[in-house]
Amino acid sequence: MSAGTVKLKIDNIEVNVPEGTMILEAARANGVVIPTLCDVEGLTAYGGCRMCMVEIHGSPKLFASCVTPVSTGMEIVTQSDKLKEYRKMALQFILSERSHICSVCVANNSCELQKLANELGVDHVQFEREWTSFPVDSTHDFLVLDRNRCILCTRCVRVCDEIEGVHTLDLKLRGKDEQVIVDLDDQWGESTSCTSCRKCAKVCPVGAIYVEGEALSETKDKNVAKFVLSRRNR
Amino acid sequence: MKEIVINPITRIEGHAKVTIQLNEDLSVKEARFQVTDFRGFEKFTEGRPFYEMPSITSRACGICPVSHLLASAKACDEIVAVKVPPTAVKLRRLIHMGQMIQSHALNFFHLSAPDFLLGMDADPAIRNVFGLIEKNPDLARQGIRLRRFGQEIIENVAGKKIHSSEWIVPGGAKWPLTRERADYLKSNLPEALTTTLQTIGMFKTWFSGCTEEVATYGDFPSYYLGLVTADGGLEMYDGNIRVMDNDGNIVADQLDPDKYLDYIGEAVEPYSYMKFPYYKPLGYPAGMYRVGPLARLNISSHCGTPLADEELKEFKKLGKNGVVQSTFHYHYARLIETLFCIEKAKELLEDPEILSEHVCRKVYANNNEGVGVAEAPRGTLIHHYKVDDNGMITKVNMIIATEHNNLAYNKAVTQVAQKYVKAETLTEGMLNRVESVIRSFDPCLSCATHAVGQMPLDIQLLDSQGKQLDRKTR
Repeated sequence: MSAGTVKLKIDNIEVNVPEGTMILEAARANGVVIPTLCDVEGLTAYGGCRMCMVEIHGSPKLFASCVTPVSTGMEIVTQSDKLKEYRKMALQFILSERSHICSVCVANNSCELQKLANELGVDHVQFEREWTSFPVDSTHDFLVLDRNRCILCTRCVRVCDEIEGVHTLDLKLRGKDEQVIVDLDDQWGESTSCTSCRKCAKVCPVGAIYVEGEALSETKDKNVAKFVLSRRNR
Repeated sequence: MKEIVINPITRIEGHAKVTIQLNEDLSVKEARFQVTDFRGFEKFTEGRPFYEMPSITSRACGICPVSHLLASAKACDEIVAVKVPPTAVKLRRLIHMGQMIQSHALNFFHLSAPDFLLGMDADPAIRNVFGLIEKNPDLARQGIRLRRFGQEIIENVAGKKIHSSEWIVPGGAKWPLTRERADYLKSNLPEALTTTLQTIGMFKTWFSGCTEEVATYGDFPSYYLGLVTADGGLEMYDGNIRVMDNDGNIVADQLDPDKYLDYIGEAVEPYSYMKFPYYKPLGYPAGMYRVGPLARLNISSHCGTPLADEELKEFKKLGKNGVVQSTFHYHYARLIETLFCIEKAKELLEDPEILSEHVCRKVYANNNEGVGVAEAPRGTLIHHYKVDDNGMITKVNMIIATEHNNLAYNKAVTQVAQKYVKAETLTEGMLNRVESVIRSFDPCLSCATHAVGQMPLDIQLLDSQGKQLDRKTR
């Protein structure tokens, strides 16, 4: 084993990955699929959605695999009844927090939240739903921000800051009141920093940021961050 | 004063009940048709982007979502202030024909025909579409296939049978019609036409033998309202409003649908969630008018397709001055309209322009207000939106086809109750005749209350003191 390499087991598969690798990355590199919502390749990991939780042998806690680095001898379980229950629960919390109505949503059929709910078998929400009615910002020429569909994954905030480099988008407030804002909570149409690059719409996993008149399936490009980075680092 | 309540009413779309008030001598004083659900589309759409409206409002109904899509898209067309490409207009008209065919077939074969073919007094356990399948399997099969044909028009043009809201967009349509799909639909036209013609023949023979029902099923004078073409013909998608009185006089013609508020008022009664629209110049409740198939054929001088025009001539012979006032004849009118829609669908499918790929333009909100009016299967449907400068909805008013007939429902239900209810208890035959007159209108209460749910029946019979004598529910 070469220096700086860590040896561990993921779902009983023995894997060797470089030191400092996150569990999620290690799993992906070895063909193990872990569900995610806030993760986008090329952006800093956020650990907010709790979909990528895994069990590590010897610990009663669950770990977010996108922000937990590997260490030698780890035995990781990515699929179990317990994990499935926790993932379903976390997904229901997300669904209950805002007004998610697939049938009238621009993201219908190309929504990552919807897809994951289908895969995990979440067909009901057992918690009382919030049915928010936050204002929809459509003051921009073509970008629309509908906070009622936002799952606070911060992909847009991160892509805007780390890839486009302008940090137009950010968050305000906490908990269920937390919302994506433009500049200092201004109307998008009045933003002085936004370059209208539409990367936020490309990475949005749901229908919270979209291009007016376009179905999300036309806009969506989850590889945009990876693509820009590969060009930048040529 | 005594009272009978029929709750819930069956084989209609939505929730309703009927309350029958009796006099001291147990004769019927008055009957009220009450809609018991509330949904609130006009309120909860406030703050949403205008272009979501076709998608949201079409969810008011699973039977006639296309009508909502069209009225809503037309209101949005006015907000974006563009001329819709001709092919998109033709495609919209085509799915509208599909919708009329499927909805009319649903009412006739699935909901109403069991009354005609199995008898008004037949056991409710068999007096339904399954009983029909047993008694007359060929007719039932044809009816189901006719409805499917209507649904297939919608699916082949707009992608889905129900709530095809991704296809219809403000300013046009999302994608064109392919030649294969058009050819497939064309190949199914002859069967649909044969079924409809046979059914019309059969139905005419049947109703010529039941003059009593014809005379008592809401046979009363009223005004009639609907869209007509520029030359006074049958129109379902565009056109202007015509109002006709019961003697066949056109009291108002080519009224601008955008200005509907000038001539249509909406009253509210404490006993129903369904509003009571009325013709403003006559006031409330005198301004009672009817909409839907019967009204459309009454106000139209012609249909504009050969077979339907022939049939329309016969229809007009049923009334004085060409005005047919028995609610029972909604059924006949519905069949004639089905014929018209099949002929019209053929015309549209044979038009080379229907295959053009120019169906959509990129659009933005340019106006702060838009009104869209179309003829739904059940009558004139109005969507009226106001938006702010960013296209966010600030106010919505919807007047649904079924609502226009609200005053007429009460009149019709009272008439039938006065004829058939004569006791302190309700018999199955009484119950069904009251329901049946409601079914003639083909009400869609889920739309009309913009309300949720299925449509069972609840009839209450109250005495002159308001005490409940009998109550039948299903």
